[in-house]
Amino acid sequence: MAADLDPFATDAPIRPPSLGAVGAARWVWRQLTSMRVALILLFLLAVAAVPGSVFPQRGVSPLKVQDFFTNDPTLARVLDSLSMFDVYAAPWFAAIYLLLTVSLVGCIVPRVRAHWRAVRSLPPPAPRNLHRLPVHRSATVDAADPQAVVAAVATSLTKRRFRVRTSEDGLSLAAEKGYLRESGNLVFHVSLLLLLVGLGVSALLGYKGTVVVVEGQGFSNTLSQYDTFQPGRRFDESMLAPFSFRLDALDASYLTDGPRRGQPSAFAADVTVTDSPGAAEVPVQISVNHPLGVDGSKVFLLGTGYAPRFTVRDGNGDVVFSGAVPTLPQDAAFTSTGVVKVPDAQPDQLAFQVRFTPTAPSQVDPLLGPASTFPEDDAPRVYLGAWTGDLGLDDGVAQNIYALETADLEQLGNRALDPGESWQLAGGQGSITFDGVSEFGNFQVARDPGRFWVLVGAVGAIAGVVVSLTVRRRRVWVRVTPDETGRTLVTGAGLARTEDSGLAAEVDQVVALAVAEVAPAGEEQR
Amino acid sequence: MTSQTLAQASNVAVYGAMVVLTLAMVAFAADLALGSGRVRAAEAARSVSVRRRAAATPASDSVVDDRSAVAVATPPGPALGERDDERWGRIGISLTALAWLLLTVALVARGLAAGRPPWGNMYEFVLAGSWWTLTVFGFLLVRGRRVGHLGGVIAGAALVALGVAVVQFYVPAADLVPALKSTWLWIHVSAATLAAGVFTVGTAATVMFLLADRYERRSLTSTTGGVRDALARRLPSSQSLDRTAYRAYAFAFPLWFFVLVSGAIWAEDAWGRYWGWDPKETWSFVTLVIFAAYLHARATAGWRGRSAALIALVGFVAFVFNFVGVNIFFSGFHSYAGL
Ligand code: HEM
Repeated sequence: MAADLDPFATDAPIRPPSLGAVGAARWVWRQLTSMRVALILLFLLAVAAVPGSVFPQRGVSPLKVQDFFTNDPTLARVLDSLSMFDVYAAPWFAAIYLLLTVSLVGCIVPRVRAHWRAVRSLPPPAPRNLHRLPVHRSATVDAADPQAVVAAVATSLTKRRFRVRTSEDGLSLAAEKGYLRESGNLVFHVSLLLLLVGLGVSALLGYKGTVVVVEGQGFSNTLSQYDTFQPGRRFDESMLAPFSFRLDALDASYLTDGPRRGQPSAFAADVTVTDSPGAAEVPVQISVNHPLGVDGSKVFLLGTGYAPRFTVRDGNGDVVFSGAVPTLPQDAAFTSTGVVKVPDAQPDQLAFQVRFTPTAPSQVDPLLGPASTFPEDDAPRVYLGAWTGDLGLDDGVAQNIYALETADLEQLGNRALDPGESWQLAGGQGSITFDGVSEFGNFQVARDPGRFWVLVGAVGAIAGVVVSLTVRRRRVWVRVTPDETGRTLVTGAGLARTEDSGLAAEVDQVVALAVAEVAPAGEEQR
Repeated sequence: MTSQTLAQASNVAVYGAMVVLTLAMVAFAADLALGSGRVRAAEAARSVSVRRRAAATPASDSVVDDRSAVAVATPPGPALGERDDERWGRIGISLTALAWLLLTVALVARGLAAGRPPWGNMYEFVLAGSWWTLTVFGFLLVRGRRVGHLGGVIAGAALVALGVAVVQFYVPAADLVPALKSTWLWIHVSAATLAAGVFTVGTAATVMFLLADRYERRSLTSTTGGVRDALARRLPSSQSLDRTAYRAYAFAFPLWFFVLVSGAIWAEDAWGRYWGWDPKETWSFVTLVIFAAYLHARATAGWRGRSAALIALVGFVAFVFNFVGVNIFFSGFHSYAGL
């Protein structure tokens, strides 16, 4: 069959590049914007995304990447040189989606133009030989006025929302409906572009940071307050909205019975927010599925933990530390660990390894150490290990605030304390008092300026694809001609671009319509 | 009833459904093996499509849209339960209906026992996914679609899924972790489990399509034989199977897109970011992209039919891996309570 019979064809056949740079460039462009290459790029995109789920990713779990390097440095280095720990920022990943984006633009622009023209024009006239179309029917009926029959069919097709063109001689018509299919398809692809643009804007201008805030303490949105911070590529500090908040209370509750005893059932933070310095204080609650939105930024409560409070006196009897020390939960019952570093202690610096159990066990496993039995702070206890010596805080190297490097330190002993108890260190090195327990919230603050467009793009894409996949675009042609014997031949044909099981029925119906216009006498279907 | 008895009743119903599904599979297998009357009907239908294929082969099929041609001349395929010698098929369908009923009971009892909708952990997701698979299948049958011949694959898929759920994922009924308490969860997970059902039905049709397609190719050169061809002889034409599969995927694709978007909205509320390439998100994305490739393939010359069907199969493998594999092999935010 000839190409001109498929008026919907979009695929350019593969041709070798014609001579010259312009010809070659045009050939590359035609390839890049072909369906075949789009298909291959989509497949590559799917394959390229997989390793990011197999190997730990720096952006998601940097600690696991470190572990990987410790466990198998050779393999880790090889993988790293292939960007396997930063898959979604890898040059090859970017290459795929950039090519796909270019292909998408190159594909959409001509199609929008073509569709714009198609929407405003009439369907192409009936091809000479309707029998060569994939769906066709014909019937022979008594002599009739062909023009009248065609006109009647045209009227009824118009009523059925077809766009109809009757030929100049009035003997044939062409009709088409389902333009919305292509509209939906274009909306879908344009929405994908919008979504990509939104993601791009966020990657440039957004930021994300986390901060631990202990009950009663506050946070103000400046760079130095963050524990971790991931800026977008074009981020600058003036983009930080000048809000602040105070954490008034944390409320975490846990299942107290049943098979999942100890599993968290709810947690929420009561905070007082100030939009900008001097503005009114507003009390709000932040909970797991209910973040706080301030001035384009969002504050999420990612998790909670315990911060036991200590007072430390040094060998001279001076109070050298007093405050809450956040500890990292190690298990579901909030057995938590942390460190108190007291560089100001005299004559020697002091440090304490802290293991905290909100509900202390009645017996301590000699191998695993004390483990909490319930996440609520029903019977809190700290297990301390005291050290003295040079903490190495002055050499400028950043230290993990939750870990203690003990290689150069001297151990002073271990002790368990309940709230209110103190421990006098050996050798007159000072004392530590366990004053009580506060809770802390781990907050994330994020600004995501492209977010709205990502959402619009996603919703538009879904709407577009639903329309595109439900609407059927079909063309129908009818021709009525007198035959040699003086009777009338009615021929109908149809063409659909995509899967369309109703097309045959449609053509049948159209032919039947034409036949019904004439008294059906000895008609024979062919 | 206490919540404990309800939970037990739910477990018993799941086991019951598995037994009944096994019987249903046997009945559907017997139907394929013994349903001789249908072979003739299928043969008649197929000879049309084979002839068309033979006629189309020499021509360049790069331009012609032969998909629409198919719709015309293929007489309707045989339906199960229409003829006397199809009692095996009818028995299979009845048993599947019974299994559906038992699964419904299992889910309702589980929901009552936990005091929340019954899709809060992997065990319940797989239960719900199987329920949707049978529901979609039943819906199509009730609507008069000729999908009875997919029964064996569908019953088998549901059986395997329930087996994996019971062995790998079982957890006692209980309340949820806070991150899972969200309206978006119910929307997101309902859509995801419905998508599981539609994808499974589509894949059953794709598997049957590949069998029928192979048979039709081989019958052009008269080299049919073997078990696969013996099964395929009783199937409707490859085109009609392809169409069934396409309809399912065309429904599932936007639905799956919605699953991703609703999941992202929920993830933002729960974890502070809407997309973070967590393994579950990654594999959902991979699944979506593969099915986008499938839809493209159906519109690309030289990729229709077999190649497109193979892409859809790869997509389904990614989907299943996402549903169960990711939770077993990778850790991420999505590691729900109990697993
Ligand atoms: C960014 C990646 C892309 C995705 C996720 C995607 C996805 C899809 C999907 C799901 C469909 C089927 C639904 C519908 O008919 O509306 C579709 C159709 C289509 N796409 Fe894409 N597409 C992408 C890129 C492209 C590119 C680069 C081109 C151009 C070469 C293209 C051209 C088309 C065409 C012509 C159709 C219509 C096929 C038909 O009529 O059935 N797409 N696309």
